[in-house]
Amino acid sequence: MTDLTSLGVKAIRDGVASGDFTAREVAESFNAAVASAAELNAFIVTTPDHALAAADAVDAKRAKGEALGAMGGVPIGMKDLFATHGVQTTAASHILEGFQPQYESTVSRNLWSAGAGMLGKLNLDQFAMGSSNETSYFGNVASPWRREGTNAAMSPGGSSGGSSSAVAARIAPAATGTDTGGSIRQPAAFTGICGIKPTYGRCSRWGVVAFASSLDQAGPMARSVEDCAIMLGAMAGFDAKDATSLKMDVPDWEGALNADLKGKRVGIPKEYRMDGTDEAIIASWEQGKQWLKDAGAEIVDISLPHTKYALPAYYIIAPAEASSNLARYDGVRYGLRDLPEGAGLQDMYAATRAEGFGDEVKRRILIGTYVLSAGFYDAYYNQAQKIRTLVSQDFEKAWADCDLILAPTTPTASFPLGSLNDDPLTMYLNDVFAVPASLAGLPAMSVPAGLNPDGLPLGLQLVGKAFDEQSVLDAGLAIQQRAGFDHAPERWW
Amino acid sequence: MSVDKQTVAKIASLARITMGEDELERMVPELNGILNWVEQLGEVDVSGVEPMSAVIPNTLRLRDDVVDADPLTGGGKRDDVLANAPAAEHGFFGVPKVIE
Repeated sequence: MTDLTSLGVKAIRDGVASGDFTAREVAESFNAAVASAAELNAFIVTTPDHALAAADAVDAKRAKGEALGAMGGVPIGMKDLFATHGVQTTAASHILEGFQPQYESTVSRNLWSAGAGMLGKLNLDQFAMGSSNETSYFGNVASPWRREGTNAAMSPGGSSGGSSSAVAARIAPAATGTDTGGSIRQPAAFTGICGIKPTYGRCSRWGVVAFASSLDQAGPMARSVEDCAIMLGAMAGFDAKDATSLKMDVPDWEGALNADLKGKRVGIPKEYRMDGTDEAIIASWEQGKQWLKDAGAEIVDISLPHTKYALPAYYIIAPAEASSNLARYDGVRYGLRDLPEGAGLQDMYAATRAEGFGDEVKRRILIGTYVLSAGFYDAYYNQAQKIRTLVSQDFEKAWADCDLILAPTTPTASFPLGSLNDDPLTMYLNDVFAVPASLAGLPAMSVPAGLNPDGLPLGLQLVGKAFDEQSVLDAGLAIQQRAGFDHAPERWW
Repeated sequence: MSVDKQTVAKIASLARITMGEDELERMVPELNGILNWVEQLGEVDVSGVEPMSAVIPNTLRLRDDVVDADPLTGGGKRDDVLANAPAAEHGFFGVPKVIE
């Protein structure tokens, strides 16, 4: 019998539906794989019973001849940023340790309604702030990949690093991620998997621990473009409980997948050719152009002139929103409380937050507080919001000449854990190619392109027009078919 | 613009985060590194550019003016709301004494 953990979303769903195996067998296989992979530290808590209960429900439906749902029988990993009813939800922070939501996030609820089950809550950078999964209170996540000839633990990317590690290691067929400034795409690229951030507003933010609300967007991470299309369809949809939710029908992305790109114009932004970008990345970009040309697309040169300002603007806007969003952690309503002997209310707030937040989170709260403070608001925050408008207009102008954009996902491949920690700025630069699409709210995806000379995965990024996830997925499929990326990390855990 | 230790202490106090001397010392160069880097935004001519308020054009909706229109976000959930409170007392959030 096939090793069920080698299968992805579509193969599991279709196999369960046709009776090749039961949902329970699938859940048991993945539960065992999760239990044997503790060294990756991909999960903060595991929920094997949730996966089994969901599987049994799907098997019972099948016995009765009922429809099984778009994700019927597929057990997934849930990033620990989504509130899950009665299951600890921490955002990888100490301040939320032990928090048991009394409600279910809309995205996770949608997935359970579609027949998925939960293997556990996945580790991440604390409050999704980080690009290497080294800021979690619950320890670093290791990538299943290693540089050829070394045993050094590599970064799975961040902030959705537990998600990328688990999917790449085949201990989950798919996982949820969230992307504020690259947190789905960069970890997907680092681990040789696919991940799509849809248009801002496609997936409800209700019940997702907030980082920067004008940027946060959930999306799927899986090992194929088809699997991402299926899972995104199950996650997305209008939700009245999220004021920025898009009131639009969810297209049948899976059904409409088409790798024939005839008539599509793919833009190559010249500003993405930055100093310090790895040679192998540039080569994979060239290869990507060729693949899309082979698929029938026309390649056109475009310009996104404000690209270099996107990242610094992001590092004003995101911390500003975070400083406001994270004001809710006060030791009163939920989570940690640190009440020093004789302390008053204000001292309790300050002590609780000092104890409960990690360094990177504090750093961003301070930056955000500073740029929003009286006297600096115009110089920093307003200026950044104006530049955000310019970045968005760059894309609008580009759409006159192209239908989607091809670029690298990251400037380098994965790096060893601990190697970029001396200066926060070097870490931030990881997201230089990912952030512009976030600022503009556009759908963007990373698909594996190949391995670099060190044997580490590289990703290519596709950015589409607002609401046009389909073109992004289609071009991703065209790359997937030509790249033939079937590498898997050698098991060491 | 750059910040000194005194300014960082003020920001930390505004953000309600207790910081010791060592931590403040450490934060000063880190924050200045970031602030110096974002300084480049000043080069951009933004005259006539509106700050972005909504990234994807969307209309603000009003919900129906009905009590508990959506039971998930409606009322009558006191025990759920208090379930994770570090010090719930008599159906309220407990806090240290505020009035002397």
